[in-house]
Amino acid sequence: MKTGPTPSPLTPADARIGPKPPLRRFHQARWDEPLLFELGSPGERGVLPPLPQVPADVVLPDGLRRTSPPALPELSQPQVLRHYLRLSQENLGADFNVDVGQGTCTMKYSPKVNDRFVRDPKVAALHPLQDERTVQGVLEIMYRLEGLLREISGMDRFSLQPGAGSAAIYTNVAMIRAYFAARGEAETRDEVITTIFSHPSNAACARTAGFKVITLYPDADGYPDIEALRRAVGPRTAALLITNPEDTGLFNPRIEEFVRIVHEAGGLCAYDQANANGILGITRARDTGFDLCHFNLHKTFSTPHACGGPAAGACGVSAELAPYLPTPTVEFDGTRYRLDDDRPESVGKIRPFYGVVPNLVRAYAWIMSMGGAGLREAAEVAVLNNNYLMAKVLQIRGASVPYAPGRPRVEQVRYSWERLAEETGVHSEDIGVRAADFGTHYWTSHHPYIVPEPMTLEPTESYSRAELDEYAAILAEVAREAYEDPETVRTAPHRSTVHRAREDVLDDPATWAVTWRAYRRKILGE
Amino acid sequence: MNAHPYIPNSVPEVKREMLAAIGARSVEDFYADVPGRIRLDRPLDLPPPLRSEAELVRHVGGLLRRNTSAEEALSFLGAGCYHHHVPAVVEEVVNRSEFLTAYAGEPYEDHGRFQALWEYQSLMGELLEMDVVSVPVYDGHQAAATALRMAGRITGRRRLLLVTAVAPDKLSKIKDYVRPDHDVVVVPVDPATGLADPAAVRAELAAGDVAAVFAEAPSASGILDPALPSLAEMAHEAGGLYVVGCNPISLGAVTPPAGYGADIVCGDVQPLGLPMSYGGMNGGFIATRDEELYVGEFPSRLFGLAPTSVEGEYGFGDVAYERTSFAVREQGKEWVGTAAALNGIAAGVYLALMGPQGMREVAETILANTRYALDRLAGVPGVETPYADAPHFADFTLRFTGPQTSAEIGEALLEHGIFGGRVLSETDALYCVTEIHTKDDIDRLAETLQEIAK
Repeated sequence: MKTGPTPSPLTPADARIGPKPPLRRFHQARWDEPLLFELGSPGERGVLPPLPQVPADVVLPDGLRRTSPPALPELSQPQVLRHYLRLSQENLGADFNVDVGQGTCTMKYSPKVNDRFVRDPKVAALHPLQDERTVQGVLEIMYRLEGLLREISGMDRFSLQPGAGSAAIYTNVAMIRAYFAARGEAETRDEVITTIFSHPSNAACARTAGFKVITLYPDADGYPDIEALRRAVGPRTAALLITNPEDTGLFNPRIEEFVRIVHEAGGLCAYDQANANGILGITRARDTGFDLCHFNLHKTFSTPHACGGPAAGACGVSAELAPYLPTPTVEFDGTRYRLDDDRPESVGKIRPFYGVVPNLVRAYAWIMSMGGAGLREAAEVAVLNNNYLMAKVLQIRGASVPYAPGRPRVEQVRYSWERLAEETGVHSEDIGVRAADFGTHYWTSHHPYIVPEPMTLEPTESYSRAELDEYAAILAEVAREAYEDPETVRTAPHRSTVHRAREDVLDDPATWAVTWRAYRRKILGE
Repeated sequence: MNAHPYIPNSVPEVKREMLAAIGARSVEDFYADVPGRIRLDRPLDLPPPLRSEAELVRHVGGLLRRNTSAEEALSFLGAGCYHHHVPAVVEEVVNRSEFLTAYAGEPYEDHGRFQALWEYQSLMGELLEMDVVSVPVYDGHQAAATALRMAGRITGRRRLLLVTAVAPDKLSKIKDYVRPDHDVVVVPVDPATGLADPAAVRAELAAGDVAAVFAEAPSASGILDPALPSLAEMAHEAGGLYVVGCNPISLGAVTPPAGYGADIVCGDVQPLGLPMSYGGMNGGFIATRDEELYVGEFPSRLFGLAPTSVEGEYGFGDVAYERTSFAVREQGKEWVGTAAALNGIAAGVYLALMGPQGMREVAETILANTRYALDRLAGVPGVETPYADAPHFADFTLRFTGPQTSAEIGEALLEHGIFGGRVLSETDALYCVTEIHTKDDIDRLAETLQEIAK
């Protein structure tokens, strides 16, 4: 019902809606949602399980019968649904924003149709120990996916078992260890060489597997220092674990020489292809001489990132290393697909059963929707987008790109806000928090910060020119604020679900609270 | 080529404009650092792309139709992957784009992810009666392997005693993973009963240098070993830790391992609201007491609750981040990366829906169905239930004494539309029932075996 004074007569101009402002007037959802434990009432139920139709009250041995029920909250179904849907609205998925700010982690568009396949009971309700005759479809998809990855990388065999990229790095390290053990060199080849611009898991997985880690730092141009490599290799070298292009976005033009130097010292070379998206169809791991490689199927081949997993990894190896692949592999005899567990030299099981199968199905579907030319198109557009965004960012006051000035970057760029920080006192972390006020995600980079005040952007092929312009405009606006109104940046976020948390509370054993029960005991004194 | 629907800037005119804006002649300029010798001089040899979404659906759907799902058959498969009911609300939540496509946002744009995962930790904390639970690691195998390495770091000792039946796949993972720092000693269970052998465990403990005694509750044979509490005492008397792997869906009825002395508890959340997905949907949990020594040894992320500058507002962030490889590379504890976060959120939604009563009921139903299956199948000629005196949860061993092997029995069952259990040996197989099985289902298995097993 309309109220108020009678308006003057309308003209078409009154119905005209003005142009959008240059930047989105975003505000993240703020439901001020309570903790689950503060909701509900004793006796409420969310879902009812089947009751037994057979004699119940099974006797358990002394000490094994739970005496008091778990102190879970008691909630009706609509309350649970509303709680979690409110939380979902307070979360910025890649489907909602120009999600280019998580450099080194290439999230791209994850086609919706592929999600349909994995929700189908023909995937979701398969048990991994079913008779092979009843799972020929899923085995064929796994077999075909391996074939596609072989062609994309040039490698001879793949395992699709690792649960994610770091699990694949670990798997490669485990295979390297098994390879040298089989040659009687397990004791002597105990060093792994990696670079500071490779993912931390390269160093950490090698250490976990028992290797000493040697880290190469960049030369003056930002490429891994080849003289440092020459000094590092020797009879103790088991392997080189390296990313190319590195997280700086620079492709190492002497990569073949790196491989040759390590091979001449008797070591193996493993290619971390987390940054493969920009080189699909351009260059292949095996053609450069690598013995092992791995892909992050969730990054390069489009499976959704799911808040940090489940993801999926794939390890590719040369024929010489194939005996060490995790068990089982998927084989085809011309008629039937089967799982081969008879692999005596295998490193064994890396995870339960065969891999994160839903993501294997999605990755297969994505590659089949692209074809060879489509993969190359994805790579080229990703690289075009990256260099386009770099040109835009370099126009922003206070931003720079360290190393090799004028050289192109491939998949991503590690930028520096060093000048801006010196001139304004605003740090890269602050810029990231302020960027959230404009509806985007931005993360600095992995530690340690070799590049001061770092920011790593990786646009992938999934964003339009207008979206890249929007992202650059947001950064430009935050940089302008840093110079003209730094307090606004330093006190961000202003349009978020929450304000900055007390981080010191999280580092102090007296106050950290990982669970509700710990919070009640330690903080509330209950 | 034509513009690809997944690639906005694949329109040739847009590309030209962008190149012009940068001052580049072609994308080749950007690959100037890739030497010609390693350039692929031909197109990738892949199948022609399925141009339309309709063709893709037809192709992938056609392959998937060659599968027979466990919903179309009557399945008695368990052995580490369990067919439970997944509530519709769980699917609704985890299929929301906001959760499905998010990654590693900061609390300021991804508050919902932090809260949902902290609540997952908290719900698991109540189920396990432990104050510290990690953000999910990959799976239960990884959780067990890491829990054992944590025990090794805490005690500074080398030997790990595995004292209940452990599935061969899990044992393989553990052995590979702890190899640089630990010796795994499998203390065989009593072949007559399937139970842990306390005398053998004592003997191994007496040899010293034991970091941890590891037990599974239930064991790989489905047995809830009555010795679980006394194994804790033995481990502690020898100065070692007690690490227990458990099936979380059992804990509505079964004492959580912390209640009988476990120091570190681990397992897989797959039974809590995750579909089987051909063995692909897992999330590992690791839980400990809230002691600095224990917290410091977790490799995975731990989310914590903290105040913000606004009264009544919940803030979240990483607890003791400096222990992780994200912070200090190889100086961190093992490694951390993308693992299985959304599966933790799914498990949280499941626990929120079930509540204390639901968890009790589902566990009681599974206990009752398992006992009924053991009793009913023991009465089938040619079928024995070798460890039936022990309490079981979900999984149980059948021994076939007739002329057919357990694999042949499985073949015959398949012809009747039944997926029989995992073959363990010529004579034995591991069968499984959960809350989704009715009395009729179990009777049908018994009647079919009566036909084929004699």
